[in-house]
Amino acid sequence: MSRRLYELAHCRAGDKGDTSILSLIAYRAEDYPLLVERVTVEAVARHLRGIVAGEIRRYEMPKLGALQFVCERALNGGVTTSLALDAHGKSLSYALLEMTI
Amino acid sequence: MPRRLRIGSGAGFSGDRLEPAVVLAERGALDYLVLECLAERTIALAQLRRKAKPTEGYDPLLKRRVEMLLPVLKRRGVRLISNFGAANPLAGADVILDVAQRFHLPLKVAVVTGDDVLAKIDRDQTALESGRPLSDYGPLVSANAYLGADAVIPALESGADVVITGRVADPSLFVAPIAHHFGWRADELDRLARATVVGHLLECAGQVSGGYFADPGIKDVPDIAHLGFPFADVDDEGNAELGKVEGTGGAITLATVKEQLLYEASNPGAYVTPDVTADFRDVSLREIARNRVAVEGGRANGKSPTLKVSVGYLAGYLGEGEISYAGRNALARASLAGDILRQRLSHLFDEVRIDYIGSTSSHGRALDAAENPYEIRLRAAARAATAEQASLIGEEVEALYLNGPAGGGGARKRVTEQVGIVSTLLERGAVPPSVTIKEWKHEPAPV
Repeated sequence: MSRRLYELAHCRAGDKGDTSILSLIAYRAEDYPLLVERVTVEAVARHLRGIVAGEIRRYEMPKLGALQFVCERALNGGVTTSLALDAHGKSLSYALLEMTI
Repeated sequence: MPRRLRIGSGAGFSGDRLEPAVVLAERGALDYLVLECLAERTIALAQLRRKAKPTEGYDPLLKRRVEMLLPVLKRRGVRLISNFGAANPLAGADVILDVAQRFHLPLKVAVVTGDDVLAKIDRDQTALESGRPLSDYGPLVSANAYLGADAVIPALESGADVVITGRVADPSLFVAPIAHHFGWRADELDRLARATVVGHLLECAGQVSGGYFADPGIKDVPDIAHLGFPFADVDDEGNAELGKVEGTGGAITLATVKEQLLYEASNPGAYVTPDVTADFRDVSLREIARNRVAVEGGRANGKSPTLKVSVGYLAGYLGEGEISYAGRNALARASLAGDILRQRLSHLFDEVRIDYIGSTSSHGRALDAAENPYEIRLRAAARAATAEQASLIGEEVEALYLNGPAGGGGARKRVTEQVGIVSTLLERGAVPPSVTIKEWKHEPAPV
């Protein structure tokens, strides 16, 4: 059965230069292993194609039941050079949560 | 064990709401109130204001914040720490003393300076983001080193009622009173790491107590219109309990605290501040009562020999224009308008961006399959070296009224001066901070 991340986890986006930092926090601790297994770097790169142009790193935070995705070249060059309306990529949290696993 | 120290967080950015800090000061039983008012580019913009007028350059809301807070802080014996000095903390202190005098409140202000390193910075030094020299970026307008708790502690030791700074790392504004109160040495890195976790959780104020969290039906936040800002009760090991004033809106839960702990942590195992490099990975959180979360753990992972410097430069002008299309075929008419704009403008700019707000403007494409939105707002944007050039974008969007598809409405245009930010590093020794005391006392009554 495929499920949308939105039902399993919540997310807040932060930014540093051209890097977008996306947390993925399981609502229920028992869903965390599923996130670890399915929400891989490769799967996120596929889901966010056209948005994230650079490397993606994933950090596991088992005590928090959370994953952290650090996505390089995700903000059109960063706030200064980006012509985007949401230059900080604050809304990318909800782009990640659209992913189905 | 010494009693816990209570620190409130009364602002998380320059434009943050004013009232929650007053509620905290009045009813929070605080020892310290911290206002974090400097985002990355805020100080560069403040430097531009100072250049235009030498008595300016502090935070634009400083006077209003101080007018609302000073009587309460004095009455309650709460000390204030803020980076709202921005590009001109000395001038900001004068404004605070003016307010004190008007209110007949004796006041001692300690001003932390030394972060402004524009005169020291070598233009051939490279930017961390690109490896290119700073001189490549255009005229530099500001260079501010991120000072640490060690720059703020001498100001607290002076006994000042108010400590005003320019650029200080956000968590360090909180680490300073904690380390000062408990008398920690600068090499007690694990304690500093735990205090850094607390500072990081508090630095965005309402973002840990239910702000920027609500999603109706799935992440509900009670009475968010009256969002209460957080405080932390910190012990002598740097562990803490987060809470907020009874009767305020918002929520402090495991979920809100987790979101804020991970916020902007580009390496949760190595969160670098001037005080310590902190490892967040073994932080544990416990919900101990309603709106009360205990934060424990966090350890040091070294300490950086350098300080980060944020460098601001003039980056030209952004021109924007917007217009709405509604009803049947709205997206097709907006797309036609976008094509027309490209034909009229593309040859004049390096890049013209066209967005369809309501469809794909945020992520370039829709990640779920919503089709045929009832209304679409077209936005065009481009960057230019001059304001005149940038204004062409809005002019062409507005001209769509008589020269574009049917039914366009609500056109708006705007040109904004742009300040860019890059980072570089400086050795700690190159950035000696200093403290200046400014004071206002009642004149003794004539005999």
